[in-house]
Amino acid sequence: MNWSEFFHMGGYAFFVWTSYALTLIVIVANIVAPIIQRKKVIARIKRAIKRENIETANAEKQ
Amino acid sequence: MWNWIQRFSSPKHFYSMSAPLINVFAISALLIGIYGLYLGLFVAPTDYQQGESYRIIFIHVPAAWMSLFIYMVMAISSGIGIIWQIRLADMVAAASAPIGASFAFLALVTGALWGKPMWGAYWVWDARLTSELILLFLYLGYMALQSAIDDQRSADKASGLLAIVGVVNIPIIHYSVEWWNTLHQGATVAKFDKPSMHIDMLIPLMLMALAFKLFYGALVLVRTRNEALYRDRNRRWVRELIEKL
Repeated sequence: MNWSEFFHMGGYAFFVWTSYALTLIVIVANIVAPIIQRKKVIARIKRAIKRENIETANAEKQ
Repeated sequence: MWNWIQRFSSPKHFYSMSAPLINVFAISALLIGIYGLYLGLFVAPTDYQQGESYRIIFIHVPAAWMSLFIYMVMAISSGIGIIWQIRLADMVAAASAPIGASFAFLALVTGALWGKPMWGAYWVWDARLTSELILLFLYLGYMALQSAIDDQRSADKASGLLAIVGVVNIPIIHYSVEWWNTLHQGATVAKFDKPSMHIDMLIPLMLMALAFKLFYGALVLVRTRNEALYRDRNRRWVRELIEKL
């Protein structure tokens, strides 16, 4: 079996390779999405900590 | 015993214990997946009826199995969350929903791409396909309920009940090919008889199924950790952890 035969998939190339490409997309999206989610959560908590620190500092001044 | 469960299932404990497991799951999923793909695409013989198009099976069937498996994980952990009020269980359920939805989606689209050359249509309103589509909607309904309700405990209860009621759909999906005259082919692996499949096709299929399962393992850990950080954002352990980052 040579490579062009392999990519041809017996005439079913479009269906087979579209399936595999979509699978790759779903896998990559499943990896990327929780990484972005984690960054967002951490950024949000950091903002909250900063805000609270400013508020306590202001409260002490008054 | 109860104390032990309480301590073991605390989000803080989970967060610190789960980190090394992620890499174990992810790396084994990658290695097994590559080997399974190699066997499936290069070694497995051509199908005498379906030609090369059957090679979609190596992603279609694992994706479909995972969509069912993850649903059961989601429903059972929702039940544990509702009955015993173990917060970690609710987090696992919430973390599983988007992953399960993505696998249900994948099973449907790869099935459509397999159906077109074999049946002549991308979609038919057949019992197997329709019940799998309902599964995708159950996942989406769970996620919609989670994000629509602000109070976390109410959100977990409402979406958890939906997940538990939706379990009725799982045996319908599994047995649909027996109960109705479906266009979808019958079971070739998950049945009491010997699998009616050549061993050189069966092994890569099983390897791919294992790789998908391990991949889910890694993903659910990462997502549950995110849930733990977010839900415990006002607790001290999260504050201390974030300040160190």
